[in-house]
Amino acid sequence: MTTKPILSVEHVSKRFGAVVALEDVSLEVGEGEFFALLGPSGCGKTTLMRLIAGFETPDAGRVVLAGADLSGTPPHRRPINMMFQSYALFPHLNVFDNIGFGLRRRGAGREEVARRVDRMLEIVQLQGFAGRRIEQLSGGQKQRVALARALAPGPSLLLLDEPLGALDRKLREETQFQLKDIQRRLKTSFVIVTHDQDEALALADRIAIMRQGNVEQIGPPFEIYERPANRFVAGFVGATNMIEGRISRDGGAFFVAPFGRLERSDRALPDGARAALSLRPQQIKIRRDGDGIPGVVEDVAFRGETTQLRIGVEGQEALRVSCAREAGFAPGEAVRIEIAPDAGVLFSGSE
Amino acid sequence: MPKRFSLARRLVLGVPYLWIAVFFLAPMALIAKISLSRPAQARPPYEPVFSLSDGVGGFLSKIQTLTFEAYRSFGEDRLYLDSYLNSLAIAAISTLVTLLVAYPFALAMARAPARARPILIGLAVAPFWTSFLIRVYAWIALLKDEGLVNHALMALHLIDAPLSIYATNLAVVIGIVYSYLPFMLLPLYSALERQDPLLREAAADLGASPAQVFLRVTLPLSRAGVVAGCLLVFIPAVGEFVIPDLLGGSDTLMIGKTLWTDFFANRDWPSASAAAMILLALLIGPLVLAERARLGAEGRPS
Repeated sequence: MTTKPILSVEHVSKRFGAVVALEDVSLEVGEGEFFALLGPSGCGKTTLMRLIAGFETPDAGRVVLAGADLSGTPPHRRPINMMFQSYALFPHLNVFDNIGFGLRRRGAGREEVARRVDRMLEIVQLQGFAGRRIEQLSGGQKQRVALARALAPGPSLLLLDEPLGALDRKLREETQFQLKDIQRRLKTSFVIVTHDQDEALALADRIAIMRQGNVEQIGPPFEIYERPANRFVAGFVGATNMIEGRISRDGGAFFVAPFGRLERSDRALPDGARAALSLRPQQIKIRRDGDGIPGVVEDVAFRGETTQLRIGVEGQEALRVSCAREAGFAPGEAVRIEIAPDAGVLFSGSE
Repeated sequence: MPKRFSLARRLVLGVPYLWIAVFFLAPMALIAKISLSRPAQARPPYEPVFSLSDGVGGFLSKIQTLTFEAYRSFGEDRLYLDSYLNSLAIAAISTLVTLLVAYPFALAMARAPARARPILIGLAVAPFWTSFLIRVYAWIALLKDEGLVNHALMALHLIDAPLSIYATNLAVVIGIVYSYLPFMLLPLYSALERQDPLLREAAADLGASPAQVFLRVTLPLSRAGVVAGCLLVFIPAVGEFVIPDLLGGSDTLMIGKTLWTDFFANRDWPSASAAAMILLALLIGPLVLAERARLGAEGRPS
């Protein structure tokens, strides 16, 4: 985070009956930052968002916005707006009145409302839709009205609950760029909740990975991907090969995998320690000859620019490897595997 | 095969039409005919009376004696006009009070935990298990000068002398509100229960206070229920006979009561029939409006 924080979540815990939704969660969101809460369903990310909006009260801890403690402030007095997953557009109001709803509640005059709604319609590229009824809109248009409605009052923080979840794949990619562009233009802090790692990686400046009510790691997408803090993050974000083995310090530093000894450049773990090596598919190099670890191509899947291979090795489920499509490997071919000493991340302990 | 199918379909569709024709249109036609007759000291107390033995000539000569006199006297007789206007006023006030009483109940039912709702609906319609007549009679015991309400108020020293509620228009309003409450409650409940709770959260999120959430979101979205409930109460309340007869005073003018008096006490069937026809015509107006509103609310593509 490069700017000062606008939102601080401090040691927040929340349980529903016996179910722990959030456990001592702390995080900060910077001014103008695009922040993502990423995790599998049931990880507590939606509860955290509803806590920030004021729809839930924390059992412990507090939420601070721009230096002011929000404890006890009801949702309608918080300068935070939310875009709902189901959009929750008012069916009895047209597009104009939906977008103007928040402005009118803040006492804006007729002219100000008209001017601001026009500007919002322009931002989401829905000029000329002001008089439409909600049920006349397509899914993508509803999504943009929901965004415009949440942005219209000029919130200091915008919460987006799975904003692209209801769109089909093609529209989702298109809208991703629009969303990022709008956020950059308005310089409003966005907090997006998503279970889609591609969405989080593509949109966010920083990502918080959540699991079972805990924050596992917070960092920029690159860092999360390259230096996952633990096995869960490594496995959840991006594809990875998790290889179980142990450390050997006999004549250097080695990771002993079921299929052979790999030289390592990191020397943090002691001799004999159980460990797991997380390797991204593109961190494994394969050749037709040389003195690497022997393996056999089991499967080849064409993925456009790259080709995904499954390489069978001894004592381990097949490794996922990605290589340039020109390489032209065929199933059944014998290959050699090379893994650089600094490739991947080592985690101590066993599963 | 398709032909037999369409015949079966016609039969099925025909049953409700036949029902309406035999039990609604035919009696209406009889009343319409009586409204065009003259009163007579006879049995039945009007003429002409058509008979199959008249022959075509007799039929034609009798048709020529039909008259609109009963309708003309409707305009001249202040009693009918006053009864009608008074009925409208009492029905309108009762409908409004019923709406105000039922709305919080319906809201509480719709917001109750899903498991409790069937029980609450059961309680709302529980009065129907007792005869309507008996329940209205019970109100006499409650409202009369030496009744339960006055006893209670005097025991609490809130009043010195009994309030005269029984045999007034107020008692009629109380009776109508009590009797028709479930008819208001159920459409309101069904409209409120369908509302997406996220809409209220969205409104609060956009800065609407709880009062504004109600006025801007909950209330407008329950419009169809309000309209349906008001019509279900207002229309039968206008023509209500039992409640004003039992709870109203001698000066309580309601069209149902006046019609009854004309029919059975004065034996002026033509005038009473004409008044009934006019009442029907005036009530069909709001019904058509209601149906349009309902179709408008449902007909929108979703």
